Amino acid sequence: MALLDVTDLKTFFHTRAGVVRAVNGVSFSVEKGETLGIVGESGSGKSVACYSLMGLIPKPPGRIESGKALFEGEDLLQMSEAQLNRIRGRRIAMIFQDPMTSLNPFLRIEDQLIEPLLLHGVTDKATARQQALEMLEKVGIPGASRRIRMYPHEFSGGMRQRVMIAMALITDPDLLIADEPTTALDVTVQAQILELIKEMQQQLNMAVIFISHDLGVVAGFCDRVNVMYSGQIVESGATDVIFAQPSHPYNQALQRSIPALQTKGEELFTIEGQPPDLTRPLNGCAFAARCTHATDACGQSAPHLERIGETHWSACLRVQHQEITLTP
Amino acid sequence: MSTTGDPFLKIRGLKTHFPIEKGVLVRKTVATVKAVDGIDLDLKRGEILGLVGESGCGKSTLGRTILQLIEPTEGSVHLDGRCLTDLKGAALREARKDFQMIFQDPYASLNPRMTVYDTLAEALLSHQSIPAGERSQRVAEWMNRVGLSPRFIKKYPHEFSGGQRQRIAIARALVVEPKLLVADEAVSALDVSIQAQIINLLARLSKEMNLTMIFISHDLSVVKHIADRIAVMYLGKIVELGTAEDLFDRPRHPYTQALVSAVPIPDPSKERQRQRMLLPGDPPSPMNPPSGCSFHPRCPHASEVCQQASPPWVQENDRLIACSRLDVVPRI
Repeated sequence: MALLDVTDLKTFFHTRAGVVRAVNGVSFSVEKGETLGIVGESGSGKSVACYSLMGLIPKPPGRIESGKALFEGEDLLQMSEAQLNRIRGRRIAMIFQDPMTSLNPFLRIEDQLIEPLLLHGVTDKATARQQALEMLEKVGIPGASRRIRMYPHEFSGGMRQRVMIAMALITDPDLLIADEPTTALDVTVQAQILELIKEMQQQLNMAVIFISHDLGVVAGFCDRVNVMYSGQIVESGATDVIFAQPSHPYNQALQRSIPALQTKGEELFTIEGQPPDLTRPLNGCAFAARCTHATDACGQSAPHLERIGETHWSACLRVQHQEITLTP
Repeated sequence: MSTTGDPFLKIRGLKTHFPIEKGVLVRKTVATVKAVDGIDLDLKRGEILGLVGESGCGKSTLGRTILQLIEPTEGSVHLDGRCLTDLKGAALREARKDFQMIFQDPYASLNPRMTVYDTLAEALLSHQSIPAGERSQRVAEWMNRVGLSPRFIKKYPHEFSGGQRQRIAIARALVVEPKLLVADEAVSALDVSIQAQIINLLARLSKEMNLTMIFISHDLSVVKHIADRIAVMYLGKIVELGTAEDLFDRPRHPYTQALVSAVPIPDPSKERQRQRMLLPGDPPSPMNPPSGCSFHPRCPHASEVCQQASPPWVQENDRLIACSRLDVVPRI
């Protein structure tokens, strides 16, 4: 049994401008100990999908319209707040992009670190303090015994992210959801933090859902990747096949528009147009209007993920019918 | 106008220091942040220089100091033969049409109460004496040039997407036909597909206008793509300067090597084989930079020399490297 099994998740926001279909029928699973990457541009629904699982969607305007999210057989979406509280921060932990806004500026690092342990009644205060100190040393904070008494503003961005990671992992969770954890950091610090998450993952044997817009980071970090566009997963597969054999025109176009992979000085490949307005219902494929391979059929019926290889799924009708083959 | 042989943009010994003051009634300077600490740079007309470095290294301060948005502590900036650092008041305001800037956040850098027309016309009004009748024509022409339909001319910033807003910001900067453009993290806030559009636009316009540009970014692969040369900054100083692709492929300064090796490559097989140089710690504070070479506490090749003396400039082909230990730094 998979650690987490999400089927047909739909999260809509009912706003004055209309119903925003932020996540529109997403299914995926995470095995114990593996790293699943979710990539996509802003507004593709990658964060909303994960926030839905954690019950972090503001309701209203948000509403989970349908779906199941089985965490070790129990449906997260049907749980009461009290039941969720026993899982959140203990079995499933989360780290966010901006470590400054997600740490409490009024509390010492120590008090924030022991909070999850005390809330979940794991240990008493003295042991919790001891564990907090050990955890801080584990995440590589020099002079941990002194720095544990400090406040968040006394830490640099990279150090704050280390504190966040220590806080998330102190309860020894089975699943870590990392929402763009390195996006706000410099590349050299990003490299340190990614290395740290990887190390901790191996030590604790936990699964990681890694949300990122950066294909480069995902390539080095994840076992499997889901590519999202307009609230749907358009391609899913082992990291190698996602990069070596892109099988959805959006994934291909996304990879082609990265400067790192293109010849210097040449005009960069671009995707024409804008992502669709999510308040309008779509009949066909969400990418059809910007797709260079689209035919009339693409605009008519909504595509679904279908298996196209041993570890590879695509939601492109033309790829599924073997009408086109894409190259990186 | 420029005398023969003189570079189009000439920066000499530029320093920007910020005093840290304490006290309520009597303010005393207790420390100095050396954000920009002795920069020499020459740019040819039409050249694009990429400026890279981590946050806090002073790259934005350098950009702003060149444009006289921050007064330099020391040093001079000459653009096309004219000394910008000597200009004051009305003369400086008048000269500003020659050097413009675009910023990272297109949401914050446009006035939400002004339409596209107002935004662009204001730039024209303050810098160029063109008849009112021609103004709207010029605005429409520039909207076309940056890829916006002139029918949006009466729209407000909130009605545009992030990429479109950045196009407006580019049009606002270029409508006065400047000689120098500083782009400070101009594509960093944009999604990959939009980022590519804006990079293409900037590259095309700079070629069409023979525009000299300083492109500031923390993203090395973007800089490598657009720039002719790259300058790498660390704690207010340039540590390596060279042609873009060569510097990226064969970094020589230990800091550049670490920076390049930390850039993630979107190719899983390459990414797995890669040897990453992990730098210990964070960049030190520019308030009290380490003695000698400011990179020495994090440098794997540092020796006693590096702690004592500032590194000399070493030239290898057309590359400049500020390092005393180049003989022991392995080539990558």
